[in-house]
Amino acid sequence: MRFPIRFIIPFLVIATFQTLGAVPDTLEVGKKYASIKQALATAAPGDVIKVFPGVYFENEVIIDKPCTLLGVGYPILDAGLKNDAIIIRADSVSIIGLHIRNVATNYVRDLAAIHVEEARHFNIQDNKLENTFFGIYLQKSRDGRVAGNSIIGQAVVEASSGNAIHLWYCKNVEVSNNEARHHRDGIYLEFSDSIRIVRNVSQDNLRYGLHFMFSNYNDYFENTFQSNGAGVAVMFSAHIVMKRNRFIDNWGSASYGILLKEIKDGIISNNLFQGNTIGIYGESSDRMTISQNDFTENGYALRILGSCRDNIITENNFIDNTFDVGTNATRQYNQYTRNYWSEYTGYDLDKNGLGDVPYRPVKLFSFVVEKVPQAIVLLRSLFVDLMNFTEKVTPVFTPQDLFDDQPLMKPHPHDQYSTSS
Amino acid sequence: MWKIFKYSFFDLLRSRWTYFYFLFFMIVTAGLLHLSGQVAAAITSLLNIVVVLIPLISTLYGIVYFYNSSEFTELLLAQPVRRRSIFLGQYLGLFTSLAASFLLGILIPAIFLGHFEVRLWLDLFYLLGIGTLLTAIFTAIAFLIALRQTNRMKGFAIAILTWLFLAVLYDGLFIIFLLFFEDYPLEKFSLIATVLNPIDLSRTSLLLKLDMAALMGYTGAVFNKFFGTSMGMLVSISALVLWVAGPLLGFLRVAARKDF
Amino acid sequence: MINIQHLHKSFGKLEVLKDVQLEILPGKVTAVLGPNGSGKTTLMKSILGMTLPDKGTIEVRGEPTRHAWNYRKHLSYVPQIAQFPSNLTVQELLQMIKEVRQEPANEDPLVDRLSLQPFLDKKLGTLSGGTRQKVNLVLALMFDAPIVLMDEPTAGLDPVALLELKRLIQDMRKAGKCIVVTTHIMPLVEELADEIVFLLDGKVYFQGTLSELFSLTEKNTLEEAIAHFLIQRKDRTSVNA
Repeated sequence: MRFPIRFIIPFLVIATFQTLGAVPDTLEVGKKYASIKQALATAAPGDVIKVFPGVYFENEVIIDKPCTLLGVGYPILDAGLKNDAIIIRADSVSIIGLHIRNVATNYVRDLAAIHVEEARHFNIQDNKLENTFFGIYLQKSRDGRVAGNSIIGQAVVEASSGNAIHLWYCKNVEVSNNEARHHRDGIYLEFSDSIRIVRNVSQDNLRYGLHFMFSNYNDYFENTFQSNGAGVAVMFSAHIVMKRNRFIDNWGSASYGILLKEIKDGIISNNLFQGNTIGIYGESSDRMTISQNDFTENGYALRILGSCRDNIITENNFIDNTFDVGTNATRQYNQYTRNYWSEYTGYDLDKNGLGDVPYRPVKLFSFVVEKVPQAIVLLRSLFVDLMNFTEKVTPVFTPQDLFDDQPLMKPHPHDQYSTSS
Repeated sequence: MWKIFKYSFFDLLRSRWTYFYFLFFMIVTAGLLHLSGQVAAAITSLLNIVVVLIPLISTLYGIVYFYNSSEFTELLLAQPVRRRSIFLGQYLGLFTSLAASFLLGILIPAIFLGHFEVRLWLDLFYLLGIGTLLTAIFTAIAFLIALRQTNRMKGFAIAILTWLFLAVLYDGLFIIFLLFFEDYPLEKFSLIATVLNPIDLSRTSLLLKLDMAALMGYTGAVFNKFFGTSMGMLVSISALVLWVAGPLLGFLRVAARKDF
Repeated sequence: MINIQHLHKSFGKLEVLKDVQLEILPGKVTAVLGPNGSGKTTLMKSILGMTLPDKGTIEVRGEPTRHAWNYRKHLSYVPQIAQFPSNLTVQELLQMIKEVRQEPANEDPLVDRLSLQPFLDKKLGTLSGGTRQKVNLVLALMFDAPIVLMDEPTAGLDPVALLELKRLIQDMRKAGKCIVVTTHIMPLVEELADEIVFLLDGKVYFQGTLSELFSLTEKNTLEEAIAHFLIQRKDRTSVNA
């Protein structure tokens, strides 16, 4: 079974609840009922409201009893650029197969296509959201599921745009297989624990593909974060696990594959970091395991500041990065071991697959650039190449204790990130 | 001038060194396109070659060509033509053959092997333009050195040192200066120091074109802003053109007063 | 035809020509003699405007040569060292010089007389020294310029070609041209020269006919006459020519 048992329970609860009550009715909107609101008004708890194709100009559809809103052939719910489209204020509500559009931008209220307020056991599935300011906004809710939705915004400026999937004070939610584009942040979490973010694609968002803070014990598996304005930023959280994700083409002067700030005791493994300005930027982050990732063609693969301690960087492949590791520290307290570095030129006489001379991933030039950022204009200068070469032969300036003592001679074979999205 | 140009160009066009130069670029470009499979990466690698090797080869070839043709130059000087026409003709002949080898050496494999988007073609043309200007600059410098220095060994040494200075030592002094004055705002200084050296100017403007500004942080942003404005473009193109015109005019002035 | 007044030229500290006065006449072969470094080539290059005089004037057919270039159409020059663009053919080189001078040229008889026909399509870089010298001659003599300057024209020539060169010079004299030759081959001078100019240390020691030279030096051969000047210089006695 893919998901832990605590995740199955809510659905068992729904099922039980339904069998105990009256036999659920099916109310048909677009046939018997002209509007969703009408149908909702007459629906009993546990009923299914089927919405047939058509355009329904409704907003602030408040769902305050357990029920299922089921779209047939993607009926359109157009909020007419006024308020929230749907607000869920009851437990055990499902919204499936709707096409919701035109939620107004509002600088005071976080209007959304689907607003979930203090609810449990919700299931928001396979909806299409289009131009909805915020897409799915979960607030103090738990034990629910947001899956298979496509959330496409029209964000142009950060200040007047919302997030595609927004979780605030939530717990035990599955966010999976969603597509989030053209919003401010693709997926946003704050004060939300035990969240599973799986196989989502977050792309072309103005700010972050994924953004969270104060959110612990969360899992991020097999997501793709691509071409977002500032990449991914995660802060002030502990015990997060990130596996088999792809961080691609987050290229810009303040852009990161992933920015870690005060992230502790997490695991980042089997991810792909490709074509980012900085693959992983670490600040005050401790006890992280960064293993079996592929870093290819990034500006910096890793930029680990001196405030980071006791991190383990192992079995990663560093291939064709401009800088493999950058740091501002002269002493450092992280462990680099058994990684593959494409720039390693050492030898392996005993043929054990490990280079016999250590590899020093911090180039003198990146060290100079940390001291005087303006020196970056000499990037790719012949002098810089000579300087790096000399430093490599006899290290004087770069951190003495930052080296990989057992560099791999060949790329490490490991589980790959998911390539299908 | 055009007649002299025509024949020295023909002469050089049949030189095997011209072919080597052409083949070198062709093999390198084809290799890069084939190996990396990515046009953008190939252009970035070509950048290093263009910015370092074109100045070196242009300088050396210029020196050797000038010395080797000095006796024939004397024969031409005895003809009823202006000195300026002879020297400009020879300069243009060498410049054109070097530039043609370089341009074709890159373009032919690019056309046949590269799957280019429009933007990458523009980047490539920018690279070719810069390479052509560098060829013009360093052949002019070489001619000036060769003309002023009749001792061939000395001329050769001066030419190598000039290249070494502009390609390597200048950047060393640049970094030392930056480290020394690290507490001061250095953006303006870096910008000026970059514009003054044709190799640095070429490399930096190419890197910015290839979207490396992101990697270059705040400094990159300042540079990008500068090179992005029409003023900045004008200044950098003028700087490169001055680097062609300066040595070339110096060369013609010395030539007008020289005894052969 | 060529009039040189008070010509001075020095390269750095080395004074190569000191107050040279010369009048070179048409219809005559003038041989400029002197040891190595006496200033023969510099004199010739001065006439051609390749070296620029420090002082003095040079007039060619009455025109001053300073800052001028067009007068060179009256001059043909055979330089001492024949080096040509190695990847051009002989034919192309002839074509090039014709285009540069923009004058009618008649190279065919010269090519025949010097037996250059088989080499016309050869690249210049592949030619032997002697053949190159023949090309050198054709390049200069194919134009009908009234003044011909030849700097060691015999260098590397085989006897047949040498004979042909002598005939060429005689023909040109007959045509009334002004011919200036420097050479180390004394028999050639004795055979051809109407006028002899002897240069030593940048000064004109003697200008006159061969017989005037013999009577002045009281010698019977050119070698002895020249040796006479050189011994005199050694003795630091000055001689007025």
